[in-house]
Amino acid sequence: MTDASSARAAPMTIAAPRTATRRLRPSGSAVVMGLYLLFLMLPIYWLLNMSLKTNAEILGAFSLWPRDLTFANYQTILTDPSWYMGYVNSLIYVVMNTAISLLVALPAAYAFSRYSFMGDKHLFFWLLTNRMAPPAVFALPFFQLYSSIGLFDTHIAVALAHCLFNVPLAVWILEGFMRGVPKEIDETAYIDGYSFPAFFIKIFTPLIASGIGVAAFFCFMFSWVELLLSRTLTSVDAKPIAATMTRTVGAAGVDWGVLAAAGILTILPGALVIYFVRNYIAKGFALGRV
Amino acid sequence: MTLELKGVSHVVGAQTHIHPTDLTLENSTMNVLLGPTSSGKTTLMRLMAGLDAPTQGRILWNGQDVTGVRVQDRKIAMVYQQFINYPAMTVYDNIASPLRLLGLDRAGIDARVRATAEMMRLTPMLDRKPLELSGGQQQRCALARALVKNAGLVLLDEPLANLDYKLREELRAEIPRIFAESGSIFVYATTEPEEALLLGGRCATLWEGRVTQFGPTAQVYRNPQDTTTARVFSDPPMNFLTVDKRGDRMHFGQAASMPAVGGDLADGTYQLGFRPNHLSLEPGPGTITFDTTLSVMEITGSETFVHVAHGNARWVGLIHGIRQLTPGQPLPVHLDPSRIYVFGQGGALVASAPYAEAA
Repeated sequence: MTDASSARAAPMTIAAPRTATRRLRPSGSAVVMGLYLLFLMLPIYWLLNMSLKTNAEILGAFSLWPRDLTFANYQTILTDPSWYMGYVNSLIYVVMNTAISLLVALPAAYAFSRYSFMGDKHLFFWLLTNRMAPPAVFALPFFQLYSSIGLFDTHIAVALAHCLFNVPLAVWILEGFMRGVPKEIDETAYIDGYSFPAFFIKIFTPLIASGIGVAAFFCFMFSWVELLLSRTLTSVDAKPIAATMTRTVGAAGVDWGVLAAAGILTILPGALVIYFVRNYIAKGFALGRV
Repeated sequence: MTLELKGVSHVVGAQTHIHPTDLTLENSTMNVLLGPTSSGKTTLMRLMAGLDAPTQGRILWNGQDVTGVRVQDRKIAMVYQQFINYPAMTVYDNIASPLRLLGLDRAGIDARVRATAEMMRLTPMLDRKPLELSGGQQQRCALARALVKNAGLVLLDEPLANLDYKLREELRAEIPRIFAESGSIFVYATTEPEEALLLGGRCATLWEGRVTQFGPTAQVYRNPQDTTTARVFSDPPMNFLTVDKRGDRMHFGQAASMPAVGGDLADGTYQLGFRPNHLSLEPGPGTITFDTTLSVMEITGSETFVHVAHGNARWVGLIHGIRQLTPGQPLPVHLDPSRIYVFGQGGALVASAPYAEAA
């Protein structure tokens, strides 16, 4: 009886110190990961921190969290049209751009993945080189061109300008996904009697859905964060949020709190989109195309 | 229903993939295309399907020229070596898709899909996606989709090549049964002579883009028209011996000779061909003996492959039972003269083997 009870107790007495040491000595990877997350999240935390403070507190004492919690900054942005229209404008041209990029890139990527034609490899590479040119190079010609044909300060102007780097990217990503679909599926569909458009929509699109998701995400992100072209091509009616944020230095000085709140609101759409497509992006990485 | 190829050729760049070919496939026949890899089996099928356009020549279906007709408008079905299904659809929708495109009513589609699924033993998997099935089931799904629309021409491009042995045996037994039920023209490409013989029907042997012979499978096997066909339709390949016929003896090598075979032939140089399974290690009544050296030996359970060198020629023998032999040792092999085919110098058959004539 006593033997049994002591035997039952023994593992517990041994286990207890072991967990204690584990708690005292965290593993190396946990430390590295913790530091990494700390450095990564610190600026974002600071932005959030600032957005919830008053200007007086931001400029006054150093504080790790808002002493005087306020949502006034967010309220300013969400009620003042000169602020929230920035978001609306940005969203309009970003969505337009994503749609245009995908509609143009899908047939292009299909052609690159399925047909060999004269100079196809060179053309494919040339498409990619478009991504290497800094947008600043194109700012002046675009400004002049869009002004002369009356597209200046419209959403479509920015959406088209962003196609410069988003279409090649979308073609590149989609081509990788399409290449993974055997050509025999196309042929089987034709043999079954599908016309090309019916095949493309009913059979092919579901197979590359994750590729379309990844391409859409990247188009969305690049168009959302791009500042130079969108600012050059707009003045009032299609002014993007990023431009609004850089023009908030008024007579009263910089409105730190409102700016920080605008920053948080600018990060949000990207974070949301990333959350929804995170699995697809992993797939894209596996294909080596992202 | 007949499919006729008239002088069909296919040239890509400077390479000729199919030399001008005439071929007539009759109503409800099983046609086997037999040839090694890249001999043009797939290209020929793609030409028949209309996936590729012939460089020259015409393709007739029931006497009508269909050379330029779109794939969609031909009544054909095709199954690939890879398991090609529509991964985003369930098995049911996969099988139903050709019928939906034909514009059939819902009840009719359902009846035919279920009947075909029953025949292919897919009924329990109808609600699953193709990628959730095993390889054999995926290929059965592809076969079901090809068969459900009762196409006049069903092309099977090495449908069993990617399956493991057991499944291959199983499906291979099913294909002739499916064929008998369908009444369409079947075209079946394979690299394996054994598979061609099991399927029966008619057989076209292909070699480097040419149809070397076309006829009833057993007849092509027994009476190959030339050395190329004999090589293609024999696994391991046929063994050859170059001989010089003078009078009633055939001379080979130095000072070696054997009694002449092949009946009344003019004196001259001939190539004798015989199949590996006709070589034997034991002498029999009337056998001819060749002195060879054993180079490699392979044992497959109940049979032994002996690779032997005879002069400069390398022969393969398929011997029943397991033998204990040492590579490098001299090995006399014996051959029944009635098993010998005689080919002319150009490769054309001069005299068929007496045993094949008798069969």
